[in-house]
Amino acid sequence: MEGGTVVEWLKQPGDEVHHGEIIAVVETDKGAIEIEVFEDGILKDIAAAVGEYRDVGDVIAQIEGVAGAGVTSSESVAVGGSDTSTPRRIRVSPAARRRAKDLDVDLDIVSGTGVAGAITISDVERTAGATGQGAEAEAKLENRAAGIDLVRMRSAIGAAMTRSKREIPHYYVSATIDVTRMTSWLATFNEEVPVAERILPAVPLIKAVARALDQVPQINGTWADDAFQASKEINIGVVIALRGGGLVAPAILNTNELSVAELMAKLRDLSGRVRQGHMRGSELTGSTFTISNVGEGNVEAILPIIYPPQVAILGIGSINVRPWVVDGEVRRRQLITATLAGDHRASDGRIGARFLGALDKLLQEPEAL
Amino acid sequence: MNGPVEMTYREAVRQALQDALRRDDRVFLMGEDVGRYGGAYACSKGLQEEFGEDRVRDTPLAESGFTGAGIGAALGGMRPIVEIMTVNFSLLAIDQIVNNAATIRHMSGGQFSVPLVIRMATGGGLQLAAQHSHSLEVWYAHVPGVRVVSPATVADARGMLWTALECPDPVIMFEPATLYNMKEAIPADAGAVDIDRAKVRREGTDISLITYGGCLPKVTMAAEHLASRGILCEVVDLRSLRPLDDEVIVGSVVKTHRALIIDEGWRSGSLAAEISSRIMEQAFYELDAPVERLCSAEVPIPYARHLEEAALPQTEDVIQSVLKIVGAS
Amino acid sequence: MTGPDGKAPNFDDTLTREHARVLVAKMVLIRRFEEKCAELYSTGLIRGFLHLYVGEEANAVGVMEALGPADAIVATYREHGHALARGVSAGAIMAEMFGKVEGTSRGRGGSMHIFDAATKFYGGNAIVGGGLPLAVGLALADKMQGHNNITCCFFGEGAAAEGEFHESLNLAALWKLPVLFVCENNLYAMGTALERSESQTEIYRHAQSYNVPSEVVDGMDVLAVEAAARRACDKIRKEGGPYFLENKTYRFRAHSMFDAELYREKTEVEEWKTRGPIVSFLDKVKSEGLLADHDIENIEQEVAAEVAEAVSFAERGEFEPIGDLARDVYTPEAEAAP
Repeated sequence: MEGGTVVEWLKQPGDEVHHGEIIAVVETDKGAIEIEVFEDGILKDIAAAVGEYRDVGDVIAQIEGVAGAGVTSSESVAVGGSDTSTPRRIRVSPAARRRAKDLDVDLDIVSGTGVAGAITISDVERTAGATGQGAEAEAKLENRAAGIDLVRMRSAIGAAMTRSKREIPHYYVSATIDVTRMTSWLATFNEEVPVAERILPAVPLIKAVARALDQVPQINGTWADDAFQASKEINIGVVIALRGGGLVAPAILNTNELSVAELMAKLRDLSGRVRQGHMRGSELTGSTFTISNVGEGNVEAILPIIYPPQVAILGIGSINVRPWVVDGEVRRRQLITATLAGDHRASDGRIGARFLGALDKLLQEPEAL
Repeated sequence: MNGPVEMTYREAVRQALQDALRRDDRVFLMGEDVGRYGGAYACSKGLQEEFGEDRVRDTPLAESGFTGAGIGAALGGMRPIVEIMTVNFSLLAIDQIVNNAATIRHMSGGQFSVPLVIRMATGGGLQLAAQHSHSLEVWYAHVPGVRVVSPATVADARGMLWTALECPDPVIMFEPATLYNMKEAIPADAGAVDIDRAKVRREGTDISLITYGGCLPKVTMAAEHLASRGILCEVVDLRSLRPLDDEVIVGSVVKTHRALIIDEGWRSGSLAAEISSRIMEQAFYELDAPVERLCSAEVPIPYARHLEEAALPQTEDVIQSVLKIVGAS
Repeated sequence: MTGPDGKAPNFDDTLTREHARVLVAKMVLIRRFEEKCAELYSTGLIRGFLHLYVGEEANAVGVMEALGPADAIVATYREHGHALARGVSAGAIMAEMFGKVEGTSRGRGGSMHIFDAATKFYGGNAIVGGGLPLAVGLALADKMQGHNNITCCFFGEGAAAEGEFHESLNLAALWKLPVLFVCENNLYAMGTALERSESQTEIYRHAQSYNVPSEVVDGMDVLAVEAAARRACDKIRKEGGPYFLENKTYRFRAHSMFDAELYREKTEVEEWKTRGPIVSFLDKVKSEGLLADHDIENIEQEVAAEVAEAVSFAERGEFEPIGDLARDVYTPEAEAAP
């Protein structure tokens, strides 16, 4: 992504803006991107009016820090782009740096919750607690609404993936699915609603997965006590990558019961809270199936590893434009490659194939989702 | 100790003056309209009747002349209290304060001291506009050789004057004009208080709110509100602006790891800047967040109420700054 | 010369040999001391600003004769002469200029800030006009404490342009304070001639406008100065209230050591030198037979010895330890008893 055109300003000069809030929408070659702010303050000057194109890294607005009459730092909001981000020095409060030294904690693995994302004393102590006393730290994490513990997370991911690869006999089933109907439906839908209510492509995908699981319940549930335990609820975990590294897959509880719009709202809320480190315990442990959706980029397929104790995971590559035969003619279509990893103890490739078939069919009727 | 009595800050100042005039024959009060008029802010009402025109001495409008005369009288064995109507007018006397009062002891090799108290009103909040509302305490706090204090409570207004008079060096006392009508209960026999130390007015663990003078009541209100949201602020009242009590300031920051300095002066070159530097120098490794400052907008303080309110630090500004620093917004 | 009140100075009628000797000795001491200062300045032993009083000695010497030990003095930055005439030790003054701890102000003040508690010498003040309010306050303290003392305040004619001059005259008159204001009018405020800076070049008229009794005095005539000062002090002690002397005088040397004297003609300086306070007084006392050449020679020798001893004292002195730098910014607690 090289740049984008400002489609809408959600905040006007003089408005108060808060950390994590979306202030503008920018149309890019990868779709509409929301511009999030990382500072509290007052939106001052807008440097890119609606309709204007800006390169990644250009300043589109100035935010002035809130301090009542006394005005402090000015922060510029630039057009975002993950592929252009440059590594930045980790922000650590002086006290946290000293505490980390005392506790022998590697600051690279601590996630900051302080001013401007800086690592604070309590972040260091939480990390030290997590690496030192796992179970207790886990309980702490659940009890504490704020803060993401990358160390605990990484060690948890590492342990889970090792266990998964060691214990779970994975099978893989893959299918290329034409999502052109879905994306054009989405485009039409989005044209008619305010920017704030626009729907991301991930939403119909998640919704379709939930409905496919309803049809193929043999892969929705957990493996416990040497047996597959089917789940009545369909709680789809969505993998979200964190700034600074690390992954979380919080669950969207009862995914199948949510409308597309509700699901969008839920996803927006969840990703916002994940970025601010505000997750609930149930969201971290309640998944019955997981989707790893690569989203933007040029990834053909993703071959996922099952997250125990779940028994299946779906990897979805980027939406790519490819020649594709439709009704006997080669057409320009938008395709995804969906790869299901299943636990052979609970199901087999035939069930996996049925699931992918159901998914494909659901995605051809997006309006019915 | 007698039971508490409620009185205004103004009355406390008046009682302190009366008490000092009764206790020491060398003490006299002089300034513009301190006598017959009873003081521009009515702090010396009735004192000329009690002590006579010599000891409660009306002066012409000659700030430099009568402030210098106060310095001379102090050199000559008296214990003068010079009242300057407001800090803005004191600029007409700043030559005497900075070039004479502050220098004479050191420049004379310790031969002469200037035991003088200069009182003046300071600060905005009364819609008095840009020549009666500024907070220039830092100009004086900048100068070695003088001591600068600012009573922010009724008890301090009652108690600081006597201690200042006992001090052998010049003491400049800033009385925030907005506080004159403030009422608080103080012991009926309240007396001298120390003028050396800052005071923790409210204990807390999450952030140190460092302030003085007219901002103290606003900051205390903010701390009360924040407590209801689970944020425990420690409120430090500087009391002495020169010398600054590093021990209490730094001690508080060591405890809370965060600091917000609320200072009605302008930010550039402010007391807040000085305090922030000292925290950085003495407690850098204790800091868990950048030290922040809440100061007056860098404009001459305007007359219109809404503009004046916008220019001065307010309770809500304190709350918002704290929420931002503790990451709870 | 007669004062504005028309009275002629008449003090020289009672001049004795002894008194003549005292006046000569003091004026010569100031002159030789300052010549030595100029010399030491050129060698680098004295630094900072150095303002010499050469030519104006009659003023300090004459006025001091009228003051008693309980009276207070407030002077300017050109105050070596006042300090010496007041009896401040020449050695301590010289040591001060050397920046030595044995100096009057422990070397903190230098040439412009000589203080001496023992002689109630409240400083050379380097802010023009800045000493006048102090003098008013010192007099106020005396008055309030019932002391019949006088505070004598020296200043140049340049101070008359400052607000503090007017505020102080007004306060002293309004409150009837015992201040003797002595304006040493040497015609130049640094390099600015009186008529280029004052709309009213007769400075004593300012005093008149504040109802302060005043006199114009020949500041080159030590006897005239002494007589006027005695009249002034008598009146102050008897009636209370201030008195103002405008002493017409002239500085023979540059304003300070950095002054190229572009603002006045050499001929003007030479003309004033013929009326020099020492030379004219010597003419008078010799012609009247009060002092002979050998008396004057003796005085010169005594003064030379005193100046030499002052320099030696200063040279032997120590520099204040840097550890004492902050000493006396505030009064130490031990001394702080009320």
